[in-house]
Amino acid sequence: MANVVLRDVRKTYAGGFEAIKGIDFEVGDGQFCVLVGPSGCGKSTLLRMVAGLETITSGDIDIGGRIVNQIEPADRDIAMVFQNYALYPHMTVYNNMAYGLRNRRMPEAEIDTRVQEAARILELGTMLDRKPKQLSGGQRQRVAMGRAIVRQPKVFLFDEPLSNLDAKLRIAMRVEIRKLQRRLQTTSIYVTHDQLEAMTLADILVVMNGGRVEQIGNPLDIYQKPATTFVASFIGAPPMNLMPLRSDEIRAQFASDSRAASEAGILGIRPEDFVISSETIAGGIALDLTVEAIERVGAETFIYGTRQNEIQGVAANPGELPPGEVIVRIPGAVAPAIGERIKAVAPRENLHLFSADGRKRIDL
Amino acid sequence: MVEHRPWNDIIAYAILTLGVFIVAFPVYVAVIASTHDAATVVGGRMPLSPGGHALENYYRAVFLGGSRTAPEPVGRLLLNSFITAMGIAVGKICISILSAYAVVYFRFPFRKTAFWIIFVTLMLPVEVRIYPTYKVVADLRMLDTYAGLILPLIASATGTLLFRQFFMTVPDELLEASRIDGAGPFRFFWDTLLPLSVTTISALFVIQFIYGWNQYLWPLLITTQDSMQTIVIGIRKMLVTTDELAEWQLAMATAVLAMLPPVAVVVFMQRLFVRGLVETEK
Repeated sequence: MANVVLRDVRKTYAGGFEAIKGIDFEVGDGQFCVLVGPSGCGKSTLLRMVAGLETITSGDIDIGGRIVNQIEPADRDIAMVFQNYALYPHMTVYNNMAYGLRNRRMPEAEIDTRVQEAARILELGTMLDRKPKQLSGGQRQRVAMGRAIVRQPKVFLFDEPLSNLDAKLRIAMRVEIRKLQRRLQTTSIYVTHDQLEAMTLADILVVMNGGRVEQIGNPLDIYQKPATTFVASFIGAPPMNLMPLRSDEIRAQFASDSRAASEAGILGIRPEDFVISSETIAGGIALDLTVEAIERVGAETFIYGTRQNEIQGVAANPGELPPGEVIVRIPGAVAPAIGERIKAVAPRENLHLFSADGRKRIDL
Repeated sequence: MVEHRPWNDIIAYAILTLGVFIVAFPVYVAVIASTHDAATVVGGRMPLSPGGHALENYYRAVFLGGSRTAPEPVGRLLLNSFITAMGIAVGKICISILSAYAVVYFRFPFRKTAFWIIFVTLMLPVEVRIYPTYKVVADLRMLDTYAGLILPLIASATGTLLFRQFFMTVPDELLEASRIDGAGPFRFFWDTLLPLSVTTISALFVIQFIYGWNQYLWPLLITTQDSMQTIVIGIRKMLVTTDELAEWQLAMATAVLAMLPPVAVVVFMQRLFVRGLVETEK
């Protein structure tokens, strides 16, 4: 049991490429921290630095009150689950789990107790004599988890452990990992690029981009109050609709004071915050849309619309969507027809304002 | 795309049979010749059916040795060849797996240079460097010793390259998992890399055992005593005679005996080799 503290951690590769540009955060004892970001954002590098597989250029990594910068991975009291599981192909499931303990000269009886216990928790009891190639993907994943559990480490590190599994198994394993972590109360750091995994697993969510932290916090706080347009469009699916604002007068309509008004440059509205209605909401926003496409997924429906005119000062769209396109998410399967004109309205409290460069959130 | 026509099969099998016949016939003649007495073999009309002197010929070859032309019993020569070939094969595997491990997994100054120097030696077979090698071995007083027969042939760029290619296909995560599991460089090599390399090792063993067994020029140069000769040299000496007829029936018996160990290695190791190939999953 330990906390993990990162203090101004940086990593520069020999070629001069700066992969991690100064990261500070703390994961409390027993907490589940998820690092999320697009590929190449440095999240895996950061995890590997915590594991000791990558050197630290500057800054400190502290595990349970001990600075581990110069300590070998085996002596950091961590266990890691790899994306491709990294099971030893020539060893049985039992030996895969026991190997690390044997290297620590643990008595065989103790090893056996721990492996049997892990096998019971992970339901691997009947597979202990098999080799990894005789197992399915989900079973291999569980063996990799078992190898981490038997160590009883201070910290679990997960490097995209579910990305090689199919969609159904991924959801099942996600729940299992969370349950297991709750039960063992072991501090965990988990890397993923899947925002859904990030939202569901995390106690603390760290959103990374380009070697920097964009935002740290409780997943729901991040969802409700994204600090930057990057976070706004990365967390939540489909992404938040982002629209630049055109002129000072219109900025003034949304911003609560003149200072915020002069800074505001981008308006964001989550697809799920829209309501289709003929009536406008006082202080809110109303968009006249022409329906271009409909996606029905059963419980909910996504409407892709284009704005007919620049109502309420909302102009071209800088986000991932084509200019003028807006996604609206409504519950149920009843949706307007393609080509129909609709009015999507959102109340003022669901609007997000950002500075023109997208780096700063402005509270309404 | 493949059409099934009886004529295709017939032609294909005819060509294959002819090929087998061409390859196998000399071997067959050698076996037959080793079962006749000297007079029949040198008589000019080689019979194609076995004669009645097989036991006598093989007994003489293995235990007594030939006449003055081949004074050493073949048993001794077989032993010499076996020790040499085993030494070369095992030595090459040890040296090349270790050097490949160093080149692939360790970061040290001039690593690339070291690799390229090893690579370049591919262009320098024994025959090219034979004079300096002879000089070194002679100065070290290793003429007429097993060490002299084995050591100069042990260094192997081929083996190093083969292992290097294999090591590069082993996922890095295995090394990282080992590091987290507390295995140092030696444990990783012994517990993980070596078991995974069994296939490559057996393949290399087959190739190098036969390479060692068939060595001719090097043993010819550095062995002067009859008791240190290899069997390949022994056969040669049986045939080169100055003042009397070569004992062809003994030479043929020796040739047949010389064929057996490499054949045994291929037959036995091939099974392991194929099984390794089928089972390996990285």
